[in-house]
Parts: sequence; C-alpha cells; structure tokens
Amino acid sequence: MAASSDRIPPPFPATEEPGVGPSDVADGDSDEGEDIFSNPMAVSRGVSQPDNVNEEPPDLFSDEEEASSTTVKSNGVHSDDDNDLFADEEAHVELSTDTPGSSARKEPSTSVGPRPASSFTRSPAAMQPTSLEQLEEEESNDSFDVDVAVTNPEKIGDGMNAYVAYKVSTRTSLAMFRSKTFSVRRRYSDFLGLYEKLSVKQSLHGCIIPPPPEKSVVGMTKVKVGMDDPSSVEFVERRRAALERYLQRVVSHPSLLQDPDVREFLEKEELPRAVSTQALSGAGFLKMINKASDAVNKMTIKMNESDTWFEDKFQEVENEEQQLRKLQAVVDSLVNHRKELCGSTAVFAKSMAMLGNSEDNTALSRALSQLAEVEDKMEQLHQEQAASDFFIFAELLADYIRLLGAMRGCFDQRVRAWQRWQEAQSTLQKKREAEAKLLWANKPDKLQQAKEEITEWEARVTQHERDFDRIGMTVRKEVLRFEKEKAKDFRSQIVKYLEAMLQSQQRLVKFWEAFLPEAKAIA
Amino acid sequence: MMEEVKEVTSTLSVDRDNINVTEVLKDGDSLTFLIVSQKLSGTGEYHVARAYDDFEWLQQHLFSQEDVPGIQGVIFPPLPAKAQVNASAKVMKQLGFLGLGEWQLYCKALETFLRQIAAHSILSKNKAVEIFLTSSDPPGRQRVRKNIFNRLSQAVEEKRKEGHKDVDQFFQTERDQNLVLAGCAKTAAERFLDVVQTEQKIAVACGHFSAALHLCVEPGEDSDKQAFSKACVKLSEVFDSMKKNMTSVAENNVSTLGLGMDLESRYQEAEKEMLFRRTCKLVELESARRNAEKAKPVKKAAMEEVKKAAETEFDHICGVAKQEIARFQGARVEMLQQALVQWCEKQLLTAKESAEQFNQHLQTLRGMA
Repeated sequence: MAASSDRIPPPFPATEEPGVGPSDVADGDSDEGEDIFSNPMAVSRGVSQPDNVNEEPPDLFSDEEEASSTTVKSNGVHSDDDNDLFADEEAHVELSTDTPGSSARKEPSTSVGPRPASSFTRSPAAMQPTSLEQLEEEESNDSFDVDVAVTNPEKIGDGMNAYVAYKVSTRTSLAMFRSKTFSVRRRYSDFLGLYEKLSVKQSLHGCIIPPPPEKSVVGMTKVKVGMDDPSSVEFVERRRAALERYLQRVVSHPSLLQDPDVREFLEKEELPRAVSTQALSGAGFLKMINKASDAVNKMTIKMNESDTWFEDKFQEVENEEQQLRKLQAVVDSLVNHRKELCGSTAVFAKSMAMLGNSEDNTALSRALSQLAEVEDKMEQLHQEQAASDFFIFAELLADYIRLLGAMRGCFDQRVRAWQRWQEAQSTLQKKREAEAKLLWANKPDKLQQAKEEITEWEARVTQHERDFDRIGMTVRKEVLRFEKEKAKDFRSQIVKYLEAMLQSQQRLVKFWEAFLPEAKAIA
Repeated sequence: MMEEVKEVTSTLSVDRDNINVTEVLKDGDSLTFLIVSQKLSGTGEYHVARAYDDFEWLQQHLFSQEDVPGIQGVIFPPLPAKAQVNASAKVMKQLGFLGLGEWQLYCKALETFLRQIAAHSILSKNKAVEIFLTSSDPPGRQRVRKNIFNRLSQAVEEKRKEGHKDVDQFFQTERDQNLVLAGCAKTAAERFLDVVQTEQKIAVACGHFSAALHLCVEPGEDSDKQAFSKACVKLSEVFDSMKKNMTSVAENNVSTLGLGMDLESRYQEAEKEMLFRRTCKLVELESARRNAEKAKPVKKAAMEEVKKAAETEFDHICGVAKQEIARFQGARVEMLQQALVQWCEKQLLTAKESAEQFNQHLQTLRGMA
C-alpha cells in the first residue's frame, strides 16, 4: 500500500528521448542543453499542454510512480519541485509532429518578432474576405518563444496580514528581455494589478484581455489561518494553476507581450504594491465587464451595424457562454460525486479490513485484507480522477466563461468607439452650423476661431473613425485568434484527460491482476 | 388448495443443483416468481409460480418440524426480506443489494435459498419442499401454528439470555466469533452498497455531460469551429464510454461481491439465531436441573423426567449444531472465495476493455488534426 500512496513526484526518468519529452531540469534557471526549450517545438500558446508526449504507446505510464507524479501535479499537492518546473502539465510542449498545420517554428530565432502595431490600421474599404484570409495567415505565422510558470506557493507572514507569494519563472529567447531565464516572486494582488493596467490600456484597442482568477475572501482566510488542511491546499493549488494559465495566455498574446507592464511584471525584482485592486473582487470583476455593456445599453444613438459579422458573433458569444455554464454545472456535479466515491471507498476499505482481521480462515482473512488494500489504492485513483475532472475540465470551462465575458467587453468597446465617432461628428456638425451663423452675422474675429475649431473637430472625427475601424479590425482578429486557441485548448485538454484516464485504467488492471491469485488461493 | 402437510419425511424428486428462479412478474403491487426445477428421473421440468407468501409458508413448515430431533440446531437458510413493487425507503434499505435493479439479484437470492434447502440433509426431507417445488397449485396459505423460531429480538427477557455463559468452550468461541463477524459483515455490506450507489451517480453524471456536449456543436464551415465541434463530439463519446464503464463496474460489484456480502451477512444472522436457540435451551436445561435438585419428593420424579427430556433434547441440538457449524464454515468460505474470484475477474475484464476504449479514443483524437 505504501508505494501507491507515495505522493512525491520523482524526477522524470532519463530514458526519455531528448527534445521530445520533458527532461530532468535540476533548477528552473539552469541553461542546460537538454531542456525542453531547446526543442523547436516549444511554443508558448497559453494553453495547458500535456508534457509526457511520446509517440510510444501509453504502456510507458504503467509505472505507478511516474503516473502518480503526472497526476499529482494537477492535484497540486506538491508543486514546489524545481525538477519539474517547466515539465509540469501546464508547460508548453507542442503536441507532437502530427499537427502539420501547427505554428511550430522551425528555428528558434528571435527575428520572428511580433507584428508592429501599424499593421492594425487598414483602410476600412478593405473589409473583405481577402483581408480576413490574410488575418488568418498572419495568425498562423505568429509564434513566440516565451514560457512562464507559476510555482512554489509560499505563505509569507502570519495572521490576517499573511499572503501567499508565488514564484514566477520565465524562459525566453526574445531579445526584449534582459536575460534568457529569470524568476521573480509575486503575490496575487500583483497579478490583479497587471490585469487592471492592461485593461485600461489595451481594451481601448479591442483586445481580449485574459481575466485572472477571482478573489476569494473565504479561500484566503482559510489560508491565512493555516496552509495545512486539504481545503487550503486545494485552494492554493487551484489558484496557482489559474494564475499560471492566466500568465500563459497573456504572454502568448502578441500585442500584450509587447506591453511594458507585462515585461515589468515578469522581470522586475520588486513591484510597487497594487492598491486599487479592491475593485477587482469577484463581484467587482463582473461589474467591470458589465459596466461596458451598461454604457452601450444606455446609448441614445443606437448603433446601426453595417457589418452583420459583429452582430452574429456577439450572439454566438452569448449562446456559447450559456452552454459553457451548463457544462460547468454538470462537471461540478461529476467532481462532487467522485469525491463522494473517494469517501465511501475509504470507509468500505476500513470495514473490509475489520472483516479480514476477525476472520478465522487464514487464506480468507488474507484475501479480505488484500481486498481492503486494493480498495485503498482505488480511493487514491478516485482522488486523482476527481482532480483530473476538476483541473482539466471544470477550470477550463471556468476560464472560457471568463474569456467569453472579456470578449463581450471587446465588442462593447467597439460600440463605444463608434459612439465617440458619432458624437464627434455631431459636434462637428454643430460647429459648422455655428460657422454658418457667424458668416451670416459677419463677425470676422469669431469666424477665425470657429474655422479653427472646425479643423480641430474634423481631425478628431477622422481620428475617431480610424480608431473605430482599427478596433473593428482588432476585434475580428482577436475573435479569430480566440477561436483558434479555443479549439486547440479544448483538444489538448481532452487529450490530456484521456491520457490520464488511460493511465488510471492501466493501473487498475494491475491492481486486479495482483489480487486475482490471492482470491484464488482461498481454500 | 392443498391439504395441510401431515407427513414429514420424503425424498425430493428434483435435482437440487438445478432449481432456477427464472422470471419475476409484476402483478399490481405484488411479485410472482417462476421457479423451474429439473426432474431427477427422466427428462422434464417442473414449472411453478410462487408468491413471497408461499416462500414464507415453506419456511414456517421447516421451522415447525418438532418431531425431528435436534431441529433447533439447524442453521436455517435465510429467506430475504419481502420485496414489494414501489417499496418504501425503509424496505429498500432492509433489502440492500437485493433491492437494486429489476429484481434480478432478488431472484438469485431466492434461488440460493431454495437450493440450500434442497441440499440440506434434514430440511430436504420435509414434504413441504416437494410440494413447493412441484405442485402446480400454490401451497396452502393457512396459518401454520406459531412456532418458536421467530425473530431473535423477541422479548427483553429473551435478549438477556443471549449473553448467557456457555458450558462448552467450542460453542462459546463460536458465539463470540459469530457476533463479531455478523456485525462486520453487515457493516461491510452496507458500506459496499454506498460505493455502488455513488458509482451509479457518477455514471448518470457522465451521461449528462455527454448529452450536454452535443449541444455545444457549432454549425459552420469555419475550420476552427469545426475543430472545436469535432473535439466536443469526441469528448461526448469519451464520456459515453465512461458512463458505460462505470455502469459495468457497478454491475460487477453488485452481481458478485455485493451478492456474496449480502448472503454472508444474512447467513451469519441465521447462525446467530441457531446459537441463540441453543443458548435458550441451555438456560432451560440448567433451570430443569435446578428444579430437579430442589424438588420435593412428591414432585421429584416428574422433575427428573423433565430434566432428562431437556438433556436429551439439548444433546441432540448440540450434535446437529456442531455438524451444521462445520458445514456452514466450509460453505461460506467457498461462497466468499467464488464471489471474490468472480468479482476480480469481471472487474479485470471491464478495466481492460475500458483501457482499450480509452486508447482508441486517444488514437482517434491524435489522428484528428
């Protein structure tokens, strides 16, 4: 029974093919050759990719230790294992070579930089299918070499002022960073602060800013009291994993990566304490998203949508959000039942152990005790399955519901841009009318001023129109990118889940095979 | 309607290993069971229809065989509690595993009951058994006169006797052991039932998830949309597989180990009842001895008679009880072994099939660009 309940993940065996699977990385900051980042397939996609990717059949995972190490990562009981810093499930190892259309780069050169912002401005007349194709092509060529990991949650301080600090490690080959690998310590409010800064700046451009995990007063209070009980551990692990996914999504976004705030977040030793994050509590976050919608709804000038693409998409987004919520509810129920099963299996195992102890017949007694041990092992399996269900699906769904919310925010930003344009036009119109009146009234000095104002407002109108077009382009691009990411994300999570399920079943087969001779030996 | 059974001994004309409860029919609120038994001589079968009351009739007849020496030392094969259509929660709890599904397990339990009676050297000789299995008419429903073989929890006074110290170390040990095992077996069976019911809930949740995923399939020729839809469809299939797997796991649990634990639990209770009867007889005997000793010369002879009768009966009971206990211990180990082996084999097969399915899903998914 001891072997299976061993929860410390050992380092991955050295027999793994170099360059394909993760290798033993002694220290996250080391530059040893055989790490996954020299692998040209390592692409940051902001997506949780499976790490034990091998072309060999899954028998490779028949070793219990290894299996428990993979799944323990998602369980997150011991995430402070430097050996597996970038080799954990959330690392970026592109799914192997069977995705020909994937964005795997062939050379890790840093010359493949992000597109300059000027490519966003296109003439509005070019809103035709061809430009869309070009957009898609650009998307598939964009690839970046930045990988981040969030690990080592550590409680700092005591009592109600305590907080949890995480290690944020970055590996990159991009020149804009000071070094190739580095790490800093950040706390949750730092992540929130980053989100706020990005939202203020980037949402004007129509980007989908990935939202971080919500605040949780209940969760954090438990942690402040003590980090040892299972629910605290689970909470911290859940948050750590969510923060990691959040950062991965941020760095895999071409424009966000360029933002100096992002760089500062990743590189700077000490960050000034983010204070205005009170607004970003669970409820506050939703408020922020809905604020944009409210503004749109209160508009007196209803936007006449010349491009039905946006209307249709918006509707799709709303529908999808609904469906994902439904799925989320079902998954939550499934996770709960699995946890229940853990409990009842453990209780049953105990009662069988008691029966075995009381039994006179030696062989029967032995078999019953073995049965109790098998059931104990199964409880462990059920735990891992519950964790799988949760970390792979429940969190995925939660992430995407948040992302869809962010996307709705983008659409609303576009409408606001349209509003500003219309308002500018209407102001311009008023100015022209005023000028006309002045012409009639023959007041040359005021006329000059009026003409100046008209020029000013003409410029403004042009600017706002350009902004509106630009934001429209960005939103389209973002939506395309989102859909691509979503398809990949879901697919890779499903693969990850299947791999975990397969491992479970194989271990189960081993348990039963071991038990069978015991059962037969009863005379 | 058959007359009340007067004769006690007969030889069973059916093959005791070939008695089957093949079907259960629902008739309003009541259940009727079809019992098929193989004739011993020549070919042919007996087909009879019996209600639960008929099983009770049989049981009562077996209990009331006062002429058979030492009958109280017999460990009577336990009859499951009464099954009802639309049973209350209390009844369902009492039935435990036997109440699951559409009564297949219940039929199996009844079948076991009949086979054990037919195989019992003393019990099989009772004519009631022959009538029950072969008569085309239902056996008489008249109330058989009350016998002493009823529930253990009779009166408080009776309960006190349960702890009465034994004169025979063999029996004292057996009583102590039985007490522990009966408790453990009952608890283990209940806990196992919890496990199975949770497994069933998981299967249902997987089914819901599978169905809900179909709603996420998005129309459109867009390649990303198609990729997403394909992923959803695939996941839906995966969860459908998981549902089937869980359902099989639960079924395997129920049909092998569940059934076995249920039988073990009820049989331990049956042994407990037998040991209790013997203990009561012991108390009676000791009381008779005391009376005989203290009796005044006038009553002495009569008391001596009573004492002698009690002694004889007690000896008979002990003799039968020892045989029964030996037989019981052997039979239960064999039964549990079979249950465990079958359980393990079925679960092993299900796990292998499941692994294969997951593997296939994984291969397909990896093949999808």
